[in-house]
Amino acid sequence: MKEFKYVITDPVGIHARPAGLLVKEAKNFKSTATFIKGEKSAKATALMKLMGMGIKQGDEVLIQVEGEDEEACAAALEKFMKENF
Amino acid sequence: MQTFKGTKIVNGIAIGKIKIYKAPVYEINEELITDIAAEIDRFEAARVKVQEDQNALYEKEMKEGHKDTAGIFEAHAMMLDDEDSLIDPCKEIMAEGHTAEYAVREGFEAAAEMFRGMEDPYFQARSADVIDLKNAMLDVLFGADTANLQGTEPAILVAEDLAPSETVKLDKSLLLGLVTRQGSSNSHTAILARSMNWPTLIQCHDVADDWDGKFAILDGYNSCIYIEPEQKIIDELSAKQKADREKEAKLQELKGKPSVTKDGQKVRLYANIGGPKDVNAVIENDAEGVGLFRSEFVYLNSKTDPTEDEQFAAYKKVLEGLAPRLVVIRTCDIGADKTIDYMNLDKEENPALGFRAIRICLSRPDFFKRQLRALLRASAYGNLGIMFPMIISKWEVVECKKILEECRKELEAEGVKVGKYEIGIMIETPAAALCADELAEEVDFFSLGTNDLTQYTCAIDRQSANLERFANTHHPALLRLIRETIEAGHRHNTWVGICGELGADPTLSEEFLKWGVDELSVNPKSILPLRERVRNMDLSKYRTPKEEPKPEAKKVEAKKVEAEKPKGLFGRLFG
Repeated sequence: MKEFKYVITDPVGIHARPAGLLVKEAKNFKSTATFIKGEKSAKATALMKLMGMGIKQGDEVLIQVEGEDEEACAAALEKFMKENF
Repeated sequence: MQTFKGTKIVNGIAIGKIKIYKAPVYEINEELITDIAAEIDRFEAARVKVQEDQNALYEKEMKEGHKDTAGIFEAHAMMLDDEDSLIDPCKEIMAEGHTAEYAVREGFEAAAEMFRGMEDPYFQARSADVIDLKNAMLDVLFGADTANLQGTEPAILVAEDLAPSETVKLDKSLLLGLVTRQGSSNSHTAILARSMNWPTLIQCHDVADDWDGKFAILDGYNSCIYIEPEQKIIDELSAKQKADREKEAKLQELKGKPSVTKDGQKVRLYANIGGPKDVNAVIENDAEGVGLFRSEFVYLNSKTDPTEDEQFAAYKKVLEGLAPRLVVIRTCDIGADKTIDYMNLDKEENPALGFRAIRICLSRPDFFKRQLRALLRASAYGNLGIMFPMIISKWEVVECKKILEECRKELEAEGVKVGKYEIGIMIETPAAALCADELAEEVDFFSLGTNDLTQYTCAIDRQSANLERFANTHHPALLRLIRETIEAGHRHNTWVGICGELGADPTLSEEFLKWGVDELSVNPKSILPLRERVRNMDLSKYRTPKEEPKPEAKKVEAKKVEAEKPKGLFGRLFG
C-alpha cells in the first residue's frame, strides 16, 4: 500500500468540477484509492461521497492507494492534487 | 409602480417585459408495480439519455469557451455514474416494487439532502446539482418537452430558481436579465451570470406569477426590480444602461491595443498571479506580461519541502503558457506570519520584521537553490524574470546572484538547458528605496511592493482597525520613496514597476506615469480599465516644451552586458 498526505489550498476545497476530474483520473488505474479525513473516508471514484466529506481549505487528507499499479496511481493522484487543489 | 428588493449578482440594468419561467410539476405514481426488471430498464435508459444530454451541454459550453460552466456538466455526467450514492440506492428502491419515477425522486432527494446538511455554503449549494439531475431524469421518464419554457421574445426571466442545465439551455439572445426567488451567490446560475455579465437578482422573495408579461426594469446597482416603472425611472435607467454598454464595448475594444498615453508615453500593464491556474485570466484580460507571480503556492501546497521537479513543472507551465510574455516570478516569500510546518520556523514577537523571505533563503542555501534551479530550468521555456523579495542591503543581492550563478553553472555542467532571464528585486522596505541607486547597479529591474512599503514607511499595521485614522495610503513619504526609486532605477538603466495595490489605484496612475514608471502590475481584471485610463492621459502638460515623453525602459540585453563589466569607482563607493 502507498499513502501520502495533502493539505488543501484551494479556497473552496474539494468541489464539484475538479472532484469530477479527480474521479476520472482515479478511474485510469486498477488500484483503489481512498481519501481519509478524520473519521470520514471515501473512495476516489465515489464522486458524491468524496464531495460529501466536506474537505475544505487547510484540511489535511490522507490518501491511501492499494492495488497492482499503486505506485503509478499514487504518483498521478499526488500530482493531480497539487495542480488542482 | 412597484419596487422589490433582492440580492444582486451582477451590476447592470435590464429593461423589458417579464417572462415567468416555470418548470413542469409531475404527479408521481406511488403505487407498487410488479415488473421490476422493466422499471430498472426504464431507469437505465433515462440515466443514459440524461448523461448524454449533460455531455452534450459540456461540449456546447466548451465550444463557446465557457470552461467553468462546461465543468459543471462534466461533473453532472460523472455523478450519474456514481453507483455508491445514486444508482445503487435507486435500484434498491425499485427492487421493492416502486416505479422508476418514484425511485428517482426518493434516491436523488436523499443524495441532495446529504449536501443540504453540510456546513459549508458551497457544498450546500451542490444539492441544486442533484435536484437538476433529478428533474432531468423525470423530464425524460415523463417524456416532457421543456424546450420552450423561455418564450420567443426577449425578456427578463423570472423563476423560482434555475438549475444549471436550465440556465445553460437558455437562448442568450432572448435573455435580458434574470430574477429568482431562491438561489445563492454560490450557485452555478450565479457563477454563470457573473461570467456572462447578465443583470441578475436572486433571493427576490416577492416574485409573483402575475408579473408575467409586465414591463419592468431590473436595477442591479440598487439590487431591485421595478414593475411597471414610472417614466422618470425609465429615462434615468435607460441612460445608465446605455452608458454601461458603451463603457463595456470600449473596454473590449482595448484588447490588443497599446497602453500608451495621448502624448506617446508607453507603460507596460502586467498582471499579478498566484499560480498556473491564473494563466487564462492573464490572456483573457490581455495583460502584456506577469509582473508578480507569487511562488508561495508551491510551498503552501505541500506537506513536505517541494522538490525541484515539482517547482519546475509549475513554473514551466506558466512560462510556456504565457510565452513570449515576460513572467516575473518572486522567489519564496514565506516566513513569520506565513508559517509552514516543515520549515520549522520559530514563533516571533514581531513577524513583519522577522525571519522571512530572502532572509530565510540566504540562511538556508540548499532550500533556496532548489527553487533557483527549478526557475533556471523553466527559463528555457519562456521569458523569465527572477525577483528577490525583502531586500534591504546590496550584499544580499550580490549573494543571491552568486548562488543563482552557481546553480546556472551546475545545470550547464549537467547538460541542462538554461534560457535567458532578467534579475530584479522587490523594493518594499524604506532601506531599499533609499539605497535604490546602489541596488540598481546589480539588477535589471525593480518592482515596488507598495503594501509592505507603506507598512514599513509609516509603521502602520494595515490590518489593525484602531489605526484607520492614522493610516494614509497616499502618505507623502511613501510617494516620495516611490518617485525616488523610479528616478534612481532610470539613472542605472533599471526598469521600474509597481506590483502592490497602489499600482491599480486610479487616483495615482497619472502621477506614476508622470514619474516615468515602466510597468504597472495589477489584478488581471484591472488591466483593461487601467489601459483605458492610460490612453486617455495627456502628460504633455507636465513637461517643458522641449522635453520628450519619458523613453521606454531599456532593453535587458544591454543591461546584462553592462552588469558583467567590472564596477568602476562609483560602484565601489556604494558597495
